[in-house]
Amino acid sequence: MNAFYRSLLLFLLCLPAWLQAALTIEITQGMDGAVPIAVVPFGTVGTPPEDVAAIIASDLARSGRFAPLARQDLIAHPVEASEVRFQDWRTLGSENLVIGKVESAGPDQYRIQFRLFDVYRGRQITGHSLPAKASQLRKVAHVISDLIYEKLTGQPGAFDTRIAYVISEHSGGRKKYMLQLADSDGYNPKTLLTSAQPLMSPAWSPDGRRLAYVSFEKRRAAVFIQDVFTGKREEISAFAGINGAPSWSPDGTTMAVTLSRDGNPEIYSMRLSDRKLKRLTFGAAIDTEPAWTPDGRSIVFTSDRGGSPQIYRMPAQGGRAQRLTFEGNYNASADVAPDGKSLTLVHGEGGRYRIATLDLENNLLRVVSDGQLDESPSFAPNGSMIIYATESGHRGVLAAVSSDGRFRQRFSLREGNVREPVWSPFTRRK
Amino acid sequence: MKFIQAVTVALILGWLAGCSSTGAPKESDVAVEDHSDAATEGAATTSGVGAYGDLSIESLNDPNSPLAQRVIYFAYDSSDVAEQDRDIIAAHAAFLAANPDVHVSVEGHTDERGAREYNIGLGDQRAQAVRRMLEFQGVSPSQISTVSFGEEKPAVEGHDESAWSMNRRVELVYVGY
Repeated sequence: MNAFYRSLLLFLLCLPAWLQAALTIEITQGMDGAVPIAVVPFGTVGTPPEDVAAIIASDLARSGRFAPLARQDLIAHPVEASEVRFQDWRTLGSENLVIGKVESAGPDQYRIQFRLFDVYRGRQITGHSLPAKASQLRKVAHVISDLIYEKLTGQPGAFDTRIAYVISEHSGGRKKYMLQLADSDGYNPKTLLTSAQPLMSPAWSPDGRRLAYVSFEKRRAAVFIQDVFTGKREEISAFAGINGAPSWSPDGTTMAVTLSRDGNPEIYSMRLSDRKLKRLTFGAAIDTEPAWTPDGRSIVFTSDRGGSPQIYRMPAQGGRAQRLTFEGNYNASADVAPDGKSLTLVHGEGGRYRIATLDLENNLLRVVSDGQLDESPSFAPNGSMIIYATESGHRGVLAAVSSDGRFRQRFSLREGNVREPVWSPFTRRK
Repeated sequence: MKFIQAVTVALILGWLAGCSSTGAPKESDVAVEDHSDAATEGAATTSGVGAYGDLSIESLNDPNSPLAQRVIYFAYDSSDVAEQDRDIIAAHAAFLAANPDVHVSVEGHTDERGAREYNIGLGDQRAQAVRRMLEFQGVSPSQISTVSFGEEKPAVEGHDESAWSMNRRVELVYVGY
């Protein structure tokens, strides 16, 4: 075997580990009052390929709501309920305790059991037994994190979800653009599309099975819909001028898009069954970045009809628009919270562009990020976090912040720029 | 190079033919590569009229022609064409009106600040502003296509006003020249 093949083999052998976490996550601003929780390493029979307890602890830490105890501080390693001494955990100040085991259940088949305890009341809160193939162990760990999070906070967890984003890289004087998706913890990145021309504006279908996006692969803009599982795609909009800002209606039947085929950027709705278009905005201003409210009755969008970009809301079938933002000379790129009660948007003031939330009930605008050029905010499907694009060391990175602005983390790539993150809807039935 | 010369000659001959008759240039008018010098001179003399001088296809590659300027810059969040840039657009309009077979792509761009899709809208308005000025000065709409790349294709990488001012632009791209 010559040197080339040896190094190729080495490269291929290292590839799985290298690909595992393209996005590494680092908590950049902690939260006071995160609740201590002990997640004990799961008992194992056989050698499962994943450390399920470590995945759960990392999920809970990333939520900002929990402070998992460090492993070396765990004074006992109970696997069965009968082995738990609540006094141990009270001593450590841990309010909750998670134990479990991963058992081999046939070839490539595991059974994961876990139990969540209330340490101070000395009783089990919940417990489940879940089957998984080796390749599904990470997913099952995220499902367990979701169950724990929901039991303890009353809000569904969003760990078993995915994030789509765009990467741009320079290589040999050429630019390369990739549309990727990864698990919510940055693992299992998959490339859906690679292009020499810009890719933009990924948008999840409400069932989490498809992504709409804008591709300039023909040196002009076109909107595509791609099936995330099969990779099959179709071009749905390629008019002269802009084909941009796709946004699915909550029922998945209609796509709002921005087109300039009539000479100016305007918002249209497209019925996906027959691609019938209905123009929703009129006038000489830029109208773009449509986002549906969860009830499907309204569309929130960006317009500079008042002289600077601001956020407006109009009925989904078009009609009179109401201005929603008044603070600052630049508000754009709104995403509506899953409960419909607030927006997240790009807020420009004093030369800085940061992410803000706008409470639609009391009109309170609150800046939640601290970059210079932050953009593309997207709510997690449970509304707890906002993921957005920012810069660090002159590179595009992703960041996430709790919706109240108290807790922040950064998702970095080893190289290249990452941007335009969009958080998937829940991928399972509740 | 040979091919470009041949195409240039072909287009010039086609244009000359268009001057003398209303017929569109045909492939069969184009065979004569060895007439290139004469044809070029002829074109230069014939079209050297009006405020914009030489309007031949060759002037596209002349660094001293006003057509050599193909980028128009804009103020922040504005799609207004500055007074001093109107002459550049007028020169391109005169050229395109004189060469109805030439197609131009009007490409709008913005700096990196703010929202990406809003910037696509802003780049589109910049391109549309230039397109309207070209059409107003006699260019056929069929000769022009517009595309907005928003902030996706900066001319200069950088995160300060010196880079941003170079990126807020419209580029006139003559595909194939």
